[in-house]
Amino acid sequence: MSFFTVVEQYQKFDFERFFSEVTDSAIERSLAREKPGPMDFLTLLSPRAAAYLEPMAHKAHQLTVQYFGRTIQMFIPLYISNHCNNRCAYCGFNHNNPILRRKLDLDEIEREAQAIARTGMQHVLFLTGEAHHITPMEYLLDAARCLKRHFASVSIEIYPLEVDEYRQLREAGVDGMTMFQETYNQEVYKRVHLGGKKMNYHWRLNAPERAAQGGMRAVNLGALLGLAEPRSEMFLTGLHALYLENNYLDTEVAISLPRFNDAECGDFRPDYLVDDKTFVQFLTALRIFLPRAGLTISTRESAAFRDRILPLGATRYSAGSCTGVGGYSAIKVEQTPQFEITDNRNVDEVAAAIVAHGYQPVFKDWDCIE
Amino acid sequence: MTDDALRIGTMRFTNRLFTGTGKFAANAQIPKMLAASGSQMITVALRRIDTTAQSENILDYIPKEVTLLPNTSGARTAEQAVRIARIAREAGCGDFIKIEVITDMKYLMPDNWETLKATEILAKEGFVVLPYVLPDLPLAKRLENAGAAAVMPLGAPIGTNRGLETKPLIELLIENCTVPVVVDAGIGRPSQAAAAMEMGADAVLVNTAIATAADPEAMGRAFDLAVKAGRTAYLAELAEASGIARASSPLTGFLDD
Repeated sequence: MSFFTVVEQYQKFDFERFFSEVTDSAIERSLAREKPGPMDFLTLLSPRAAAYLEPMAHKAHQLTVQYFGRTIQMFIPLYISNHCNNRCAYCGFNHNNPILRRKLDLDEIEREAQAIARTGMQHVLFLTGEAHHITPMEYLLDAARCLKRHFASVSIEIYPLEVDEYRQLREAGVDGMTMFQETYNQEVYKRVHLGGKKMNYHWRLNAPERAAQGGMRAVNLGALLGLAEPRSEMFLTGLHALYLENNYLDTEVAISLPRFNDAECGDFRPDYLVDDKTFVQFLTALRIFLPRAGLTISTRESAAFRDRILPLGATRYSAGSCTGVGGYSAIKVEQTPQFEITDNRNVDEVAAAIVAHGYQPVFKDWDCIE
Repeated sequence: MTDDALRIGTMRFTNRLFTGTGKFAANAQIPKMLAASGSQMITVALRRIDTTAQSENILDYIPKEVTLLPNTSGARTAEQAVRIARIAREAGCGDFIKIEVITDMKYLMPDNWETLKATEILAKEGFVVLPYVLPDLPLAKRLENAGAAAVMPLGAPIGTNRGLETKPLIELLIENCTVPVVVDAGIGRPSQAAAAMEMGADAVLVNTAIATAADPEAMGRAFDLAVKAGRTAYLAELAEASGIARASSPLTGFLDD
């Protein structure tokens, strides 16, 4: 059993036709449903449901306040290596890009950790590219142990691992993993992943499930919106989350909604752009479909937009982010980031904005005590 | 009634509304809510307590006279709950501990089995243990035997505001437990809190409904009034509701003639 069995069910599904047949009354029914199912979710993702954005936003707001209160959990990403053997057409770390490659040694990770800890952040997400020989398990385990000394909670966004490797990281103090499938569409996946281990769609698709099996407390999914038709991508992301919720009751599932912004680096031009209105429709539809799932909003989004969408279903915000290697403690930095940040405020500024909008920024929400 | 105080451990509570610190838009609302509601016990998740904090420490917002009920929220095993309880005590949070072990992130149902194991260990270590459970009479009796200071059955899943959906099961606990029964989770309205107290619950714990109200202070006051009304009604021995009308001219009255 794998989430792929669900992907397969929708491989021949005619999304365009479904959307063209959605009626107002179907949208109203889906919106009123106490326990919306997958088809209700898809209905709320339809272009026609954009006319129902206001009632969707109200329902999403009510559900979020009910289950999460007026709180936003804060975290910060830490890039420890940009070495990567993959050739992903859209990524700044693409193996073919002639950028300076850096891998932090343990002393440098320690310095970065100290610099981040001074901002008050207690939840850290560390990231690498995919280069097994340069950032092998031993390195990842050392990094995890080092970071655990400074932070209440340590998560990973690294290349896919085996169940047992997730278990080892869990024992080293890591409690969450993030893995973006990028696209659930196999053809598009093949087209944009041109080299490296990441070409293996299935290995990546099943990584969140392996992480859950390895004992990770939290798993965060996402599709890079813009690579393939976004509504169907959002739909499959939601189903992926549901699949994990249903099969791994003890795992907290969260979803990110990364989308291309205008300033995206490199020559890559995505086939689709998700505008703000559609983004909000996705966010609110996700909340209605998965009331208890975490919804993560990164600094890819602008400061103004992030402030406005606080009440619409979001539960986790990154802040003060630097997507280059060694950026926090001013270790000599190669300035090529993995992606462009548009919310450049520091941690205090983001926290103050959250407070100003009637929400409480939560810096410590869990202490990995094992 | 001379003394209707509720005793848990060595503490005496004259207010039977317990509250929580989660979900508030700002911690500064907490002391105001406590003052308005008169609540004398408040639960706080140890995982949110940040003693090293540059960010604010939630404990600074809880007045000294209010009893802290640290909870083990986030624990997924008895071992984790035990560890969290010990950390709470070392951090100066007192001997009270609400055991909350949840292995189901979808519905947030308490894991009764792990909760019992943690209760057995912590009661022996001198903690005043208040386990949060699904209402199950045999389990509640085991918790009592293990030394629990109270049992805290859920009225409905956490945060759902659906009220006393488990009413018939909670009634069994109220009838048969020797320790106080505190209805925890699911109470969304003051009227539901009143109903829980009317049926004989010893206290209720309300967090979401107060913390997420537009005016948490006023809602805290409303819950206080409701709990007092329900308690008073319980002590006054409610007339049983009856499905049979009582005619003012009884049908069998002639037999007395």
